[in-house]
Amino acid sequence: MSKYLILIFRDEDQPTGEVISPKYREFMDRRASALLGGVALQPTATATSVRGDGVGGFVVTDGPFAESKEALGGYYLIEAADLDEALEIAKEVPAPHGGVEVRPVRVAS
Amino acid sequence: MPEVASAAVAAAVADAHRREWAFVLAATVSIAGDLDSAEEAVQDAYASALATWGARGIPDNTGAWLTTVARRRALDVRRRTVTAQRAIPKLVHLAEATAFDRVDEDVPDDRLRLIFTCCHPSLNLDAQVALTLRMLCGLSTADVARAFLVPEPTMAARITRAKKKINDAHIPYRIPTTAELPERVDAVLAVVHLVFTTGHTAPSGANLMRRDLAERGHELAWMLRLLLPANRDVAALLALILLTDARRDARQDGSGRLVLLADQDRSRWDHRAISEGVAMLREALSRRAPSRFALMAAIAAVHDEACSWDDTDWPEIVGLYDLLLETWPSPVVALNRAIAVGFAVGPAEGLAELDRLADEPQLSRYGYLAAARADFLTRLGHTPEAKLAYEEALILTENETERSFLIAKLAGIAGADQK
Repeated sequence: MSKYLILIFRDEDQPTGEVISPKYREFMDRRASALLGGVALQPTATATSVRGDGVGGFVVTDGPFAESKEALGGYYLIEAADLDEALEIAKEVPAPHGGVEVRPVRVAS
Repeated sequence: MPEVASAAVAAAVADAHRREWAFVLAATVSIAGDLDSAEEAVQDAYASALATWGARGIPDNTGAWLTTVARRRALDVRRRTVTAQRAIPKLVHLAEATAFDRVDEDVPDDRLRLIFTCCHPSLNLDAQVALTLRMLCGLSTADVARAFLVPEPTMAARITRAKKKINDAHIPYRIPTTAELPERVDAVLAVVHLVFTTGHTAPSGANLMRRDLAERGHELAWMLRLLLPANRDVAALLALILLTDARRDARQDGSGRLVLLADQDRSRWDHRAISEGVAMLREALSRRAPSRFALMAAIAAVHDEACSWDDTDWPEIVGLYDLLLETWPSPVVALNRAIAVGFAVGPAEGLAELDRLADEPQLSRYGYLAAARADFLTRLGHTPEAKLAYEEALILTENETERSFLIAKLAGIAGADQK
């Protein structure tokens, strides 16, 4: 089995509900055995970025690391037999105003 | 066994390379666990064939011999490294590999697994094409680079990146499920079609065609036909390739000049390939709505079955393009439809259809639109505009054979103009 991170991107201009939508609940129940973890994030307006300044200090700035129309809105950590299975699960993630990116988790060697 | 002359050995190995490479490699991946080690084992097997067939004789079944040697080599390497690298995930688990410990027993035909891995939709199209030519056709990286006119280091990096993604993202080495199959077959067909068309009319360079690539596309289509005999989409692509490639010998005259379909010597067409293609097309069209490739093949068939340019059933061709536009809306299809209208109805109507496509961004750098306009304008006697259109086509055309054709046309109307 391999681990993948499913990164959920969404258009932040679209409204979001206060509670976890029934569609997410359904997804999490259906795929409970594959889900290792996951969170939903506050919008990028609340983000703070911290970068090394190259001489031992830090630069702290307001906003996300990379600006884009579709921002990271949450993630699931999953376990799947291979990429095809991970993609099947990814297709079931309800992401009405965006989509998801599937990234294999690096295995320490 | 009698000694075999080295030339005969070299020929037998080259032949086995062309015909058996994909089978040998595909059967070795399930033992080696990843594409790189499998390739190395298979290359070793071919080297050892070259070294030993002279003294031991050329085996009756060269593919089985090579597969056995490659799989043994891969299994040895795998056993040596598996303890050291236990943490590294592999395309195929060792448990599955050791199940084939008796490597000279029945070897499964794993080529479909290899094809679906190389044409996985999570790889970009360039990478899919490169991997397919490298893994399924056994082309060297240098050959693949030459075929697509990119520097060899660029192609090598592209192939390395793709192999790394297969390993790191765990793209599986398996045949997709029945539910996934249609979509995944489409991806494979797109790759094979691209290989064929790139060879059929080279996008740039001195030669009209790159026969080696067109032949590889042809061979890949036959391989798919063998592996997925009941698949109608595969039959459709094979029909299209047969019906298009049947005209190859008539596309250039004795001095290599481009000859348009209208002027081709139809006795030089490969009529056996045409009947084979028509039969394949009939199969592709039975009991279902025609796919994109089936419609393209049907259009090729109408041309192939016409005794002469004047006998061509143009209304039928326009109708087929209408259907094609519905299944596969694309400005290039619309362009071809407009040209067909010009022959079905008249050059003025064709020109009107072409002019409606003038604002298509995808066609703005497409030389065939300007060339088609130039032709209809010439037929209508609008010589100055035709000249301009030919000049525009020349700017947009990079294939030298096509350029020479356009230059000759331009000289022709300029001459007529002065009279």
